[in-house]
Amino acid sequence: MNQYIFHPFVLPFVLGMAFVLTYCLVGLVRIIAQLPKDDRKKLWRSLVTPKTAWANIRDLFGDCLFHVKIWKRNPILGYMHSAIAFGWFMIIVIGHVMLFTLKPLQGVEVEGFARTFTNFYYPIFYKHFATETPVFAFLMDFFLLVIISGILIAVVKKIYSKIVGVKRVTKFGFADNLVRFALWTIFPFRLIAEKSNIMAFWWLYSIDLMIFMCMLPFTRYMHIPTEALFILLQHAGLKAREPRKGYNLAQLYSCPSCGLCIDACPMSVNDKNSGNTSAYFMKMMRNGDSEDAKRIAETCLMCGKCVMICPVSIESCDIKWSQRAATPYYINSDHSYLDDCGCGDASNASNCKTPSVVYFAGCMTQLTPKIMRSMKQIMDAAGDDYEFLDKDGGICCGRPMLLSGKVAEAQAMIAKNTELIKKSGAKKLVLSCPICYKVFKDEYQLESIEIQHHTQYINELIKNGKLKVNKGDVNYVYHDPCELGRAFGVYDEPREVIENVGNLRKAKSEKELSICCGGSLGSFNLTQQERDEITQNSVNDLMFNNPDEIVTACPLCLKTFAKKSPVQVKDIAEIVCEKI
Amino acid sequence: MDFGFCLSPSSHVKIDSVDLTTFNHLKETNPDVNTCIACGSCTATCTAGNFTEMSFRRILLMLQRGKEAEAKKLIQHCMFCGKCTLVCPRGINIRKILLDITR
Repeated sequence: MNQYIFHPFVLPFVLGMAFVLTYCLVGLVRIIAQLPKDDRKKLWRSLVTPKTAWANIRDLFGDCLFHVKIWKRNPILGYMHSAIAFGWFMIIVIGHVMLFTLKPLQGVEVEGFARTFTNFYYPIFYKHFATETPVFAFLMDFFLLVIISGILIAVVKKIYSKIVGVKRVTKFGFADNLVRFALWTIFPFRLIAEKSNIMAFWWLYSIDLMIFMCMLPFTRYMHIPTEALFILLQHAGLKAREPRKGYNLAQLYSCPSCGLCIDACPMSVNDKNSGNTSAYFMKMMRNGDSEDAKRIAETCLMCGKCVMICPVSIESCDIKWSQRAATPYYINSDHSYLDDCGCGDASNASNCKTPSVVYFAGCMTQLTPKIMRSMKQIMDAAGDDYEFLDKDGGICCGRPMLLSGKVAEAQAMIAKNTELIKKSGAKKLVLSCPICYKVFKDEYQLESIEIQHHTQYINELIKNGKLKVNKGDVNYVYHDPCELGRAFGVYDEPREVIENVGNLRKAKSEKELSICCGGSLGSFNLTQQERDEITQNSVNDLMFNNPDEIVTACPLCLKTFAKKSPVQVKDIAEIVCEKI
Repeated sequence: MDFGFCLSPSSHVKIDSVDLTTFNHLKETNPDVNTCIACGSCTATCTAGNFTEMSFRRILLMLQRGKEAEAKKLIQHCMFCGKCTLVCPRGINIRKILLDITR
């Protein structure tokens, strides 16, 4: 072949490219083959359903190309990522468009297979082989400089991460660091090679590309190709099943280890525990289901903050849950006693008239009787026709058992509670505990019975005028319980209620950014001391604006905060009850 | 001739000869079991304890006396609701210990 259409320095690149394409193709087939039949059907259907197809296109462009979520999180971080990723994308696209206008140096034209082969690497090394038109030359140089500006920010971020609003960054191993170094040097080498045409730099440029491509499948950069597949799978409505197969595998490889979840995780308050965060968990799971990964899966509080903050929307809690479900527990559960336990009033209420509202306090509220008393007073004042389902002790809602990964055992409790609630004949179920609320909403088949958390119920009573409250002048701060806020977006109702009875002050982190109280039933491994650190951090965050009282809507948060709070902690029902 | 009277079977536990492997292992992996003061808060709040014999305090006692099988039988009733952990004045992570006993 003529020296002007081929040079050995293109070989490393061609090799790397061939490898990464083959690897991705095999990976794609593998993931799709691992999906259960129903899920695969769902996936094909979602690709042709207009609604999901549109969501796919929107997110493929928005997330994979323009990185909207990172921009929203932090503009400098957004620019850094977009400059490198979008800039590189543009160089590839413009390079391929330019193919049609390139004129080979010395007018050597190639045809047939040689033409196809040269097209493979021409756009990457075009300045060595061809002359280009000025417009394209400008665009290519422009985007190359954009990429380099992004890399400069990345270098500064490596030295001083606070510049992009990140306190802790992920610590990487050798492979990740090597690939990152290769990525950083690809573009400066390209610039020098293009401008000086020194052969050594063309070689360096090509070898850098090869290192990047060949190592890509074994590092965090695998998120580049996988994220596109992950978006399709997520929009198809697939759920996590086996810990390291199918949809979960796509999730694991889509994690860019960016480390935004490290700062977000409540466990990171203790530096020692910041290794338990999702970024590291995903990395361990990618490398195999080690004991460490299993331990982290059981240590996680399942507060969902990492899922909320993730720029790729990876459902890491679901992956941890599937890992829990896959770990054998050896307890031979025996819940047969549930069959003949009649709980509370509702079970023997056949001679009473049917209540319109049934109230389920739940285990945690049993430990905070003042919430139950307040709810009774509120319902009396509102004149609602109610029944307490578990006044004299009931059974667990099943959520903690479900959190431990044991679905069948949880179903025993769910079935019993469903039976009791349906027996009561009420049209509405009111719950005081967000832990119960989550499982009632997600798992219970209560058909026409409306499920409300007591914040929603009280808000409705006030709005309907059924409940008259007086506004006081106490300054409250509201803590969003994880399972009410992040899980169901119930942010406004409790705030409206509080504004009716007093002044609402803001916490430092609110709503979807609220910090777990540390008491979460999600974690099996955290010691009391570690939990206390989390609680203290969360209390400090709530005390940011010096409120007179902390208000929560979760009995577990209430109990947990009460240990560490400098001011009184009350449930929302209590403060309403005080103002009737 | 059976008059309907008999001696109840002996509940005598020979502390020197019982097998304490499980309990000793538990003490190593979860040192906080040593801090239990047997106050019974866990038993008083236990949701499953309302309907069954389930009681963490008793489970620990059984293990200390080498009655592993009986202890494991009680654990079967647990619903993992976490009330015991929440009320424990010594901050013992009871749910984890229950899981570890059976592992």
